[in-house]
Amino acid sequence: MPTASLNIDILLDNLELAIRQQIGERKLHNPLLIGIHSGGAWVARHMHLRLGISEPLGLLDITFYRDDFSQIGMHPKVKTSQLPPHLEGRDIILIDDVFYSGRTSRAALNEIFDYGRPSQVVLAVLIERNGRQIPLQPDCRGIRIDLAEGQRIKLTGPDPLGIEIQDLAGVAA
Amino acid sequence: MTRHLQLTEQGKLKHFLTIEGLDRELLTEILDTAESFVGMSEHQVKKVPLLRGKTIVNLFFENSTRTRTTFELAATRLSADVLNMDIARSATSKGESLLDTIRNLEAMQVDMFVVRHALSGAAHFIAQQVAPHISVINAGDGQHAHPTQAMLDMFTIRQYKKQFAGLKVAIVGDILHSRVARSQILALNALGVAEVRVIAPKTLLPAQVKTMGVTPIHDMDEGLADVDVVIMLRLQKERMNSAFLPSESEFFRCFGLTEAKLQRAKSDAIVMHPGPINRGVEIASSVADGSQSVILQQVSNGVAVRMAIMSMAMQSGGTA
Repeated sequence: MPTASLNIDILLDNLELAIRQQIGERKLHNPLLIGIHSGGAWVARHMHLRLGISEPLGLLDITFYRDDFSQIGMHPKVKTSQLPPHLEGRDIILIDDVFYSGRTSRAALNEIFDYGRPSQVVLAVLIERNGRQIPLQPDCRGIRIDLAEGQRIKLTGPDPLGIEIQDLAGVAA
Repeated sequence: MTRHLQLTEQGKLKHFLTIEGLDRELLTEILDTAESFVGMSEHQVKKVPLLRGKTIVNLFFENSTRTRTTFELAATRLSADVLNMDIARSATSKGESLLDTIRNLEAMQVDMFVVRHALSGAAHFIAQQVAPHISVINAGDGQHAHPTQAMLDMFTIRQYKKQFAGLKVAIVGDILHSRVARSQILALNALGVAEVRVIAPKTLLPAQVKTMGVTPIHDMDEGLADVDVVIMLRLQKERMNSAFLPSESEFFRCFGLTEAKLQRAKSDAIVMHPGPINRGVEIASSVADGSQSVILQQVSNGVAVRMAIMSMAMQSGGTA
């Protein structure tokens, strides 16, 4: 898929619309928006503004919850998660930039549940791509695309937001 | 050699035995990682799953309830299983050699040893002998090193002073017997402070102290002038086998930190002590409990810093 067809403004519009629908259908009460570092946080800032949510934006760094820590180790610059101390009973909209294997979302859910037991969690992503590995999928998306094996999609930002499709052979390990 | 033993070929932490040979970049990485663990006390579940399934053995050949407790707490907050070996009642007291004890624990598939020993070099020795997948953390060996204590002190200094460049730090008291002071001096110099002063009577300073990159001073008023950080050390009475001091009261009169002496330091200077405190010997209670004291903050930071070191040593980059 050519990058030109992935217009950020259109994707953000799509995602906003999908989230609004979810808020209505699932009757989310005073939802808390949480963005996953780094790309998810960039998208979440846009959604936070667009949806006019008064509650401060939550930020999540899932480094300590990754299931591949023992294989890849830890990024030295872990960003601190910034969440209200208690998420018990809250309605949460969890936002990431790209949904791929589902493992990032799983790690994020694990971390959220360590803060408390939310009432509902809606998973919203700007881009859902093929390659899911575990039984999780987003509730809202800006677009769903299929990439060839060996390709990855990356959000650049934070300002302006951009999208890059990279061939892994050409990306430094 | 030490650097080689402590780091993998990729430059990742494998063992943590001494500050010696570790560069500013790695020490800063430890502090940055610890920073991200600090907020964990706000979690409803005060754990992260980083070391789930790993087994950590606290091998304390020398008593230290507090240090052992912070290592245990750090390990459990990383979701590891912790085994506290009561060495006094263990096989070593029945004649088993240290190496045999290590081999037996290895055979039980443990992943990390936290070692405290009265002999300098014990942690190095164990690190050289263990299986490749095992990491060793030095929790204090003889008069040699106590690197995790030094790192939590560095973390506390950075917390209050934001950066190391330009800082003047005074370390006061029993430098001669202090493994903490040795590790602190190495860390402070590696992190680039402007000046490290050691303030002590001549009997409590190592002979070649100047080679450690410090300024030796024997007078508190002179030594504390304009410093940003005052680190008081515990008088290691149990390690003194000859007459190093006329008396404790004389030591306190000359080198004990009182409110009056502290006024020589900068007005925003912080006061630190690795504990346990001998009140009225190294430090007056009014200073230990005063507004410039960050002694309890050091204790809190100990858990986060040890979590950082343990998790960095256990990442796969850290295994050979």
